[in-house]
This record gives sequence, C-alpha cells and structure tokens, in this order.
Amino acid sequence: MAHRVFAIRLWPGLIAAALVAALSLGTLGVVALRAESFSTLSKFDWMAVRFTVVQALISAGLSVVLAIPVARGLARRDFYGRRLLITLLGAPFILPTIVAILGLTAVFGKTGFVSIALNWAGLGPISIYGFHGVILAHVFFNLPLATRLLLQGWGAIPSERFRLAASLNFAPRDIFRHIEGPMLKEIVPGAFAVIFLICTTSFAVALTFGGGPKATTVELAIYEAFRYDFNLGKASLLALIQVVICAVAAFVSLKFRVPQVGGAGLDRPVQRFDVHMLSARGLDLFWIVMVSLFLLLPLLAIVLRGAHGLFDLPSSVWSAALRSLVTALGSAALAIILSLSLSLSALRWRWLEGVGMTAIAASPLVMGTGLYIVLFAVADPADWALFITGLVNAVMSLPFILRAIGPALAATERNYGRLSDSLGLTGWTRVRLVLWPRLRGPVGFSAGLAAALSMGDLGVIALFARPDSATLPLQIYRLMGSYRMDQAMGAALLLLGLSLALFYIFDLWGRRRA
Amino acid sequence: MKYGLTFAALVAATAATADPLTIYAPDYFASEWGPGPAIKAAFEAECDCEIEYVTGDLLPRILLEGERTKADVAIGFNSDVTKKARETGLFAPHGLDLSPLTLPLEWTDDTFLPFNWSYTAFIYDNTKIKNPPASFHELVNSDEDWSIAIQDPRTSISGLALVLWGKEVFGDDAEAAWAKLAPKVTTVTKGWSEAYGLFTDGEVDMVLSYTTSPAYHIIAEEDNTKSAALFDEGHYFMVELAAKLKGTDQPELADEFMAFILSPTFQNIIPTANWSYPAALPRDQWPEAFSELNYPEKAIFLNEDEADALRDEAIAEWRTAFSQ
Repeated sequence: MAHRVFAIRLWPGLIAAALVAALSLGTLGVVALRAESFSTLSKFDWMAVRFTVVQALISAGLSVVLAIPVARGLARRDFYGRRLLITLLGAPFILPTIVAILGLTAVFGKTGFVSIALNWAGLGPISIYGFHGVILAHVFFNLPLATRLLLQGWGAIPSERFRLAASLNFAPRDIFRHIEGPMLKEIVPGAFAVIFLICTTSFAVALTFGGGPKATTVELAIYEAFRYDFNLGKASLLALIQVVICAVAAFVSLKFRVPQVGGAGLDRPVQRFDVHMLSARGLDLFWIVMVSLFLLLPLLAIVLRGAHGLFDLPSSVWSAALRSLVTALGSAALAIILSLSLSLSALRWRWLEGVGMTAIAASPLVMGTGLYIVLFAVADPADWALFITGLVNAVMSLPFILRAIGPALAATERNYGRLSDSLGLTGWTRVRLVLWPRLRGPVGFSAGLAAALSMGDLGVIALFARPDSATLPLQIYRLMGSYRMDQAMGAALLLLGLSLALFYIFDLWGRRRA
Repeated sequence: MKYGLTFAALVAATAATADPLTIYAPDYFASEWGPGPAIKAAFEAECDCEIEYVTGDLLPRILLEGERTKADVAIGFNSDVTKKARETGLFAPHGLDLSPLTLPLEWTDDTFLPFNWSYTAFIYDNTKIKNPPASFHELVNSDEDWSIAIQDPRTSISGLALVLWGKEVFGDDAEAAWAKLAPKVTTVTKGWSEAYGLFTDGEVDMVLSYTTSPAYHIIAEEDNTKSAALFDEGHYFMVELAAKLKGTDQPELADEFMAFILSPTFQNIIPTANWSYPAALPRDQWPEAFSELNYPEKAIFLNEDEADALRDEAIAEWRTAFSQ
C-alpha cells in the first residue's frame, strides 16, 4: 500500500477524533464523575431500552427499504424541477421536532388532510397515535436522509458501466444484480446504521406519536433522571447503555458492508438505455409521487399554518434568525474540517471513522450538561452559548457526513490511488486533481446538512442561553410557551425557509460541475 | 480633591453597572413574552441598579453550580420540587411578613416566597363541548368520546401536577382511574407547548392546562370559546416561588427584590404577562377577565414533603395504567 499522500497526514484525523471522543464520551465521564451514587435500573428502564431498540430497527429498516426505489427513480429520471424536488425532499430531516409534530398532525391527525379525505370516501378517520405513529414519524424524518445517501451511491456509478450493460443487452433485473446491487451493499449498511442511531436518541417525537408512556425511549429516561431526580449517576448509566446500543449497531453495520470492486470511469455524464420501458417509468413515477406526497404535505401544512403569522413577527425573532444563521455557518465549516480530517485519516486507520460515529450515540442532554460542568469551572457558560451550539451540532452531524464523504473518498482512492501513485501525484496536487472533483458533491451536501441541522437545533442552548441570545428554535418555543401559537408557526415557517435555503445553496454549489 | 471625587464617582458608577442583581429564572419568565422584562423595568426604576436574568433549567442549573453559583435570587420554582432545592442549603430565609399574600391557602414558608399561582384544569372548546365534565370522576367514567392531550409527569411540571391531583382525588383507586381515562387520552406530550398546540389546532377536544388559560384568549385574542372545566373534587394548586441565595454578594439588593415581589407594582404585572393569578393581590383588583373566569371552590395542595413522598408511586401507577 503506497498511499504516500496520506502517510504523513494522520494528525488532523487524530485531533478530530480526539475532539469528538472528548465531546461524546468525555462529557459522559464528566457527568458520571459528578454523580453521587449509581442506582440500579428499574424494570421501566429496561422496557425503555427494549422499546428504543425495537422501534429504531423497524424505523431504520423501513426508511432504507423505501429509499431504494425512490432513490433509483430519482437517479434515472430527468424531469423539470427534479433538483428542487430533491432539495425539498431533504427538508423533513432538518425540521425542529415541535414543528414537525404539528406538521405531521396536520396531515395524519384526527383533523388532518388524510382523515378528511377518508371521510369523503365514507371511511372513518385514522389514528396516528401508537407504535405505528412512532414509526411513521421516524420514517418521515429519516427517509429523506436515506434517499440522499443512496442517491449519492447511484450518482457515483461510472456511466461506462451502464454503457457496457446496454451493449450486453442487460435487462433491468440484470442491471440491478450486477451494478446497482453491489453499490447498495456498500451504502445500505451504513445508511441503516446511521438512521438506527438517530432513532435511538429520539424522544419528544416518539413520545407524542407513541401516544403515551409505552413509547418511552432511553433518551426520555435520561431526561427524567436529570431533570427531576437530578440523579446524574442514573443519567450517565442510561447514557452509557445508549452508547453501547449505538456501538453495537455501528459495528454490525460495518461488518455487513461490502466494498465494491470494479473499474473506475472517465466521469462522462450517465446515459441510461434501460429506463424507457413503460413498466420502469410507471414504477418510478409511482414511487416519486407517493414519497413526495408523504414528505411534502406536512411541509405544505406548515407553510399554510405559518403564512399569516410570518408578517407579524417581532424584531427579536429576526435577530434570533440572524444569530442562528451565523452559528449554522460556523458549525458547517467546522463539521467539514472535522469530517475531511477523519475521512482522510480513516483511509489508513479504519477505526477513526468509528470514533466519528460515536457522536450520535451521545445524548445531547448529557453532552450539554458535561460541557456546562467543565465550562462553569473556568468561565461563564452563557458567554459560550452560541459557540457551544455550533460545536456540538458540528460533532452531532459528523455521523451523517462521514456516511456521505467516507464512501466517496474510499472509492476514489480505490479506483485512482494506484494510478495517482504511479504518476507521482502527492499532497495538494492530488487533492485538487483527483480527490476534490469527486468529493465536491458530498461536501456540498454535507455542509448544507450540517448548517441546516444546526439551524434547527434546540438541544444544548436551552441549558446555556441568556434571554437576549436566543436562537430561532428557542424563540419558537418561547412563543408557544406564552400561548402565541400563530406567531410561533410564523417563526417556524421562517426557520423552515432559512434552513432549506442554506441547504439548497450548499447543495447546489456541490453539484455544480467543477 | 475634585479628582478624588470624580474618581470615587467613577468607581461608584462602574460598581453599579459591573455588578447587577443576577436572577436565575426559567426560560419563559425572562423572555420578552413573559413577565420578566416588565418586572425588570419596574424594579430598576426604584432601585437604581441593574437586573440581569440568566435563563435555563432552574433547579438542575443551581444544583450543578452549587456554592459557586452567581445567582443572587432564583425565581420560578414549583412547590412540587422545592424539597430538593431546600435540601441543598443554598437558600436563605427571606425574612418577610407574609400577611400580604392572598393565596387560597395558608402559606408559612420562611424561605420560598410565592409570586404567582394557578390551578391545573382541563381546557375545552365551549363551542364543541356543551356538557363538560363537572368532576374528575365524571371525566374518567364518562362514555363521551372526548379526546384529550396531557403532559408526561416525567418531563413536565404540569404533567406531574395532574398525576398528584389524580392521586389525591382517587387515592388507592388511582391506577384504576387512569386505566379508565387512558382510552380518552389521544396523546401524552413532553411539554405543555406541544399539547396546547395540538388543542388550538383542533387535534384534541381538551388539554391539560390551567384555569387561567382562557384569560389569554379572552384578553389577547378576544376569543371567548375556551373554558376551563371545573371539578367538584377541587383543583390542584400550583404555585411558583422565589428565593434568595445564601451566597449572594448583594444581600441588601436581593432582600429588596424579594420585598418587591409582594408589592402591588410587581403583582399587577403578573396576570396579563404570566397568565396566572397574582400571589399578593386581592381578587377585586384582578383584571376584569380574570374576575369573570370560573373559579374553583376548592384547592387541593400537597406540600413539598407530601408531593415528594407520593411522586414515585403516583407516576408508577399512572405509567402502568397508561402502558396497558
């Protein structure tokens, strides 16, 4: 293995990994150290663990399985507004939970669009509340991410393979078996793992749509231990269990991952000769329309609900929006630096990517508390509120970003590494000519994702904020907390618009041909 | 000499601005839509000083900071959690005469001072529900297919109040009562905002909130369609409290603020800024809409020791019944 280009550059990855580990596991350690006693877990806690794992498995499985036909349809069709649709389909993933809850009930609730339609058809209303509601909400959140990750996989298949397939007279089934299948084997396990992890740390959404305490997740138990009993020992014990669940999931998924073998191409635009059959068209149309309805109707509901509140927002909401924007941009920059460092170094040391994945296992509440304890010893935590929000969100978005950047980087090295070595391409030249053109897409997408996620996050700031340094999501909660539901929905619409705009700009930049 | 005076004046000026009275408060309190800003303005007009609010989870934050907390005063404790706060030993007696209090029950606490209160109640839309339940028993036993949103007692203070309220009303039969109520409960939310949002969006017929909630709709929105269902058994009394920190570096100013809490100036801000009852203002001085609200006859109250002793059992019963 003569990948000299990275032989001397392991330190950025090590630094990044150390930072991530300090934030995810270090903060947990700090909280555990402050604990006075470690109580044992009750049967309720174990029920929570069971529920968490079961619903996360089903949610992740469904999200990924549904994403396959959707991503395939989006990958092989070209229609007017396709790019915009792809961006919009990413929106649910970046919604703040409280907004998503109201958007989903507007569609699937007792008085929602679906029940109204069913009433017309003479059928009874549906109930969203229950175990199926948790799954529905989690698929709503995570199907967009799964679709995007798979879409990137499709985008990375060299066009020469499809030409070869056409010349060999492959039927769609053969194409799936020889070209698309191997790609999925590489991408799906990672996508499944990351969504599984997201679903394990869900809390407010699972509770609301679960309809009651049956839908108690570990994260909720952590919250309870912290907020009410101030039992730091129990909170850190539960957080540790959450980390173990996530570690097992990450390990299993990496075990199942089958790296593709196959030649590289010459970066020609993809032409598909197998997609003009009526059956394939009908199939793609069906999936794209169904998923668009499922994901976009709740967004439409948010737009309708927030439209009239948008024009009567107090100035403080706008200044909070500006604060959120700046934080989001900083967070995105940091996330990209960290993930590139990790991914590059992970080419040599695979385990570094695993460290990056641990971030999602960390409970935001425990992370925030740990940071608070550390900061309080040396400074006024409130002064650091926005910085901490940006930092925590950068680290929290690493798992998704690593799933987007890692495979692209690994494939590039696999396909062009030896050639680059033989040409003596090293250092920045190699990055510029070989790596960057292939990374630009994933990097743009990732920066957009990190920025949008940071925009919508409420997690850490709630423990730190000053009245005058609120972020936009915090202002939305404040408006709701003081009965101003219409203004809150207006502010939510503003947040949705800003997050999408950020995401779209970065994503567009990434997809411009370098 | 002249310079000396100027210098002294400068020092005094910087001292006044450099060391504000730091008040820890819940997020809602200090936000521009809460009572905080008006209270700050009113107090600063009297004291020639500056108030600085620090917001966040009140009790966890003070517990994390311990002796080194910068707080001079903490405001916004709920009586169901003051036991833990008191046990820290971080709070000092307020030393105030409590006779101005106008609570529906006797209050003798020498450390935690009430500043506002309300009753938990189920709020409904009176254009849709013509025969609201007149008692907790009726709510539980009714055949009506009402849909209700409540808050989780493990994550929300009003949710905890509901569970303790039910425990007081039904006693040993609480679990059976919850099991009967469960089918009517559409969903349980993490916090008050989510549940109230579902109610105003028409997703549920009733929501667990406060008897004072309709006042907001009447005064701010001129909307008279929201009412509280009054129960014969009485309503759970929820009070919010303030306390002075033992370790304050501004004891006089903190005392001054504690006394200010009982003043008419402060108390008059409460109803329409906090949408709750003032703790030290006779009923005839409340805003009109508040006087017109239907008002419970009987308060159900658990002191902090009773609440603490009952809490785990009450939550476990609720949880078991709701997990069937």
